[in-house]
Amino acid sequence: MILYDYILSPSCYKVRLMAALIGAPLELRPVDFHPGKEHLGEDLLALNPAGSIPILVDGDLILSESAAMLAYLAGQYAPDWLGEETATSRAMVQQWLAFAHRLTAALGGARLVEMLHGQGDLEALQTAGIAALRELEAALFKRRLDGGTWLVGESITIADVACFPYVALAPDGSISLDPYPSIRLWMRALRGQAGFVEMPGIHRRHELAPDPLTPAEGA
Amino acid sequence: MIDAWYPVGLISGLTREGRETLLMEQPITVRAGKTGKPEVVTADGRSLPIVERFGHVWTSLGTPEKDLFTIPEADHPERVLVDVGVVRVKCSPLRAVENFLDIAHFPFVHTDILGAEPHTEVEKYDVKIREEEDEVWATKVKFFQPQAAKSAEEGITTEYMYRVPSPTSSVLYKTCPPRPGEWDVICLFVQPLTETLCDVWPWMALFDEDTSMTDLIHFQQLIFLQDRSILENQIPARLPLDPGMETPTRADLTSIAYRRWLKQHGYTYGAELVAQ
Repeated sequence: MILYDYILSPSCYKVRLMAALIGAPLELRPVDFHPGKEHLGEDLLALNPAGSIPILVDGDLILSESAAMLAYLAGQYAPDWLGEETATSRAMVQQWLAFAHRLTAALGGARLVEMLHGQGDLEALQTAGIAALRELEAALFKRRLDGGTWLVGESITIADVACFPYVALAPDGSISLDPYPSIRLWMRALRGQAGFVEMPGIHRRHELAPDPLTPAEGA
Repeated sequence: MIDAWYPVGLISGLTREGRETLLMEQPITVRAGKTGKPEVVTADGRSLPIVERFGHVWTSLGTPEKDLFTIPEADHPERVLVDVGVVRVKCSPLRAVENFLDIAHFPFVHTDILGAEPHTEVEKYDVKIREEEDEVWATKVKFFQPQAAKSAEEGITTEYMYRVPSPTSSVLYKTCPPRPGEWDVICLFVQPLTETLCDVWPWMALFDEDTSMTDLIHFQQLIFLQDRSILENQIPARLPLDPGMETPTRADLTSIAYRRWLKQHGYTYGAELVAQ
């Protein structure tokens, strides 16, 4: 399985993260997205006429939507990550995968403008991004009241992986995550998953230093 | 500082219609002229002086007294020259340079690449403001690194030299794994947009025949983007030139010399002058 990858792309990171969390093998093929614009070159346009990355190639199968890649990886290696086999659960996973597109457009758009000389109406992108974050915060807060940690069901699913990167990188687009405690707890839980990998701007979770008020063991 | 040279774009990225940007709050347009040569003009139509060097277009709002610095090592024909691109950072241009000069943050920010716990000690090194060249130099800097360069397979102790030849540029020379005895050259060229906003143009001249250009670009972008979130959260936003709330340690000798050199020259664009 080959992933056409760019180290700074949150959408590519989604797929790298998913593969790392479930232990799926992934061969990376770096694409010179910036400054080279290789994704708009002949070879990659032949693979994906949309001119976007990531692209996942497995034999004859070519995928150009990151949500489809998450579903494919989970289907192959960790079917539990697709959610429970109920109509509600399946629908909710789809709901969040679609919601992730809003995060990409708004938070990702603001990040491109602020960081990599992208074009766009920064204020409009930030406003849309904040609206999406508030919606996510409300949903996760409700989940916590019901004793849940993840977006859908009792365990982590591809919905969480799909929404995580652009949310975690919101500060790159000058959008603070300080007002969203439930989002921060959810991100913390995700960063604590076995196999978690980082990307620039998303740091690994540091071990907590010992509580100075708790006597050390054996002391 | 107005008479210094600043990078304003990649030569390879020039277009006829040009790109609008800022240099110390002045709107400028960087474009390819009729002959393909770069031109930089201000909003009121003034043409600014130009130097094409290290893959970038350099200009100045003032009257530079001397030519842009050179890097003789980078002229070796076998070196791979890497245009890394641009990253915008909401920080003082001086803070961007100062962070580049710091070794002590490697294990914590570039974990498992440029440093790793418990190898956090910065050994004694030499720092000097070279009067003749009017540059800041740090030499004999040694640090243990798990993966010092794209071409490094395993952890090695890397030797570094740091050089600040102009207020917002820094050149780093580091041990070159495939060619003992030579130095890899890694530069940070900073374009000051405002006192607290900058465009950073990393550039490299390496000996590396095996790694693809894309991999080299990605390695450097990875490293710099790890710094970006740290840089945007430093307080105060402007670089303090006088000791105050910040307490330097031995490992910060280069930073202290850099700040002293900035102060000597009155290079204060992006600096905090009143101690906090």
